[in-house]
Amino acid sequence: VVRQEALDTGKPIGRRVVLSMLGLGVAGVLAGARIQDVLTRWLEPITVHDPTGLTQLLPVAGGFRIYSVVDFLPHRSTADYQLVVDGLVDHPLNLSYADILAMPSTRLVRDFQCVTGWRVQKVPWTGVQLHELLDRAGVHSQAKALIFTSFDGTYTESLTLDQARRPDVIVAYKFEDKPLGTDHGGPVRLYVAPMYGYKSCKWLSRITLTDAVVPGYWEQQGYDVDGWVGRSNGRDDPATS
Amino acid sequence: MIQRPAEASANTVPRFDPVARAVHWANAVLFAIMMATASALYVPQISVAVGRREEMVTLHVYAGLLLPVPIIIGYLWPGRGRSFRTDLARINRWTAADRRWLRSRGRDAAARRRVGKFNAGQKLNAAFTGGAILLMLATGSMMRWPQSFPLSWRTGATFVHDWVAIGLFFTITGHVMFALSDPDALRGMVKGRVRKSWAGVHHPLWLEELAAPPPVRDNARR
Repeated sequence: VVRQEALDTGKPIGRRVVLSMLGLGVAGVLAGARIQDVLTRWLEPITVHDPTGLTQLLPVAGGFRIYSVVDFLPHRSTADYQLVVDGLVDHPLNLSYADILAMPSTRLVRDFQCVTGWRVQKVPWTGVQLHELLDRAGVHSQAKALIFTSFDGTYTESLTLDQARRPDVIVAYKFEDKPLGTDHGGPVRLYVAPMYGYKSCKWLSRITLTDAVVPGYWEQQGYDVDGWVGRSNGRDDPATS
Repeated sequence: MIQRPAEASANTVPRFDPVARAVHWANAVLFAIMMATASALYVPQISVAVGRREEMVTLHVYAGLLLPVPIIIGYLWPGRGRSFRTDLARINRWTAADRRWLRSRGRDAAARRRVGKFNAGQKLNAAFTGGAILLMLATGSMMRWPQSFPLSWRTGATFVHDWVAIGLFFTITGHVMFALSDPDALRGMVKGRVRKSWAGVHHPLWLEELAAPPPVRDNARR
């Protein structure tokens, strides 16, 4: 009797555990978006100011996740930094970090939305409006689009000329009112406020004017070329700009 | 299984056959790959150090899709899979002693004398891991091939995937720590045999059963 008990009898709790988990999983998939929203808003005051950074590991935590498509973080000092503007322009530019800082600056405070789902609220960015650079370079009439190149050697992005001329598209050198660090694409990156994060090319080194849009790195992998927040990539996030 | 004479000594008993061990270690390797790539994708400090997002995603997805394969092969293997199937049947069934064991967290002496091949903690861990594999496969597939699902489901799938991953991180860490703190238990999964004296303390009912095997009905009453 004792031996039979070990093998054959007893309640099938293992199966019940598995089935309960599947039930909870279905509920989690259906309601997770709303639960996530509530938890994030509720926990944000804690996670944003947590000095240990440990709460950043929770899936509900706010804050940036650092993505790089190459196996290193590209690093360039402000002294070595150069930004080239070329292609279909009258006067190709070769700007130093100091040249960029000397231009009229714009400060934007906007939510940052990643196409993978995370969002950081009210991030202050400072930089030069892209159209200032374009005006200085003198854009040819046949130019229709821009290619952005990162000094990581791999990443590229694109914008149409109309998108690039928006006032909320800047070449940023400050993040949270401090010099833009390497993690966040420093010393200088693109910041396209109304679009998903992948449009804001980090570690910006070259802007080339072309007569047609050339899809960027993630766009060649299927991301939408016109990456408006809430109106692309099948997502309906609230607009950021 | 061909027994080497030294292993088949009179002081030891067979605990896990080659099929069960192969399934376990194939799972362990896949889980290690999943956890390493998951960390590179999810933990900011590690993302920064590792980069290579695309490759990490590919590796993570393929390891994930392979995860159920060893279990299914082990389960469906006619003849040789019998011992593994019996193990799964044992894990599924809970006796009153198991519930007492769990409530006392293994301290109730009477419940400890009635532990079979698996104690209630091992049963719970195995069931949780099995359920988690199914959940991770389903939600992971929704994240990898999102086109066919509404947005709120995809966000929900990410939510479930993240929290189950955190659960697995703790259960797997616990599982590995228990194994490392008990060389006999570890030897059972590495070499397949354990000392009789260890089995008598930790799995007394099972040791009794080995001495006089009950008529094992393959797949019976799962």
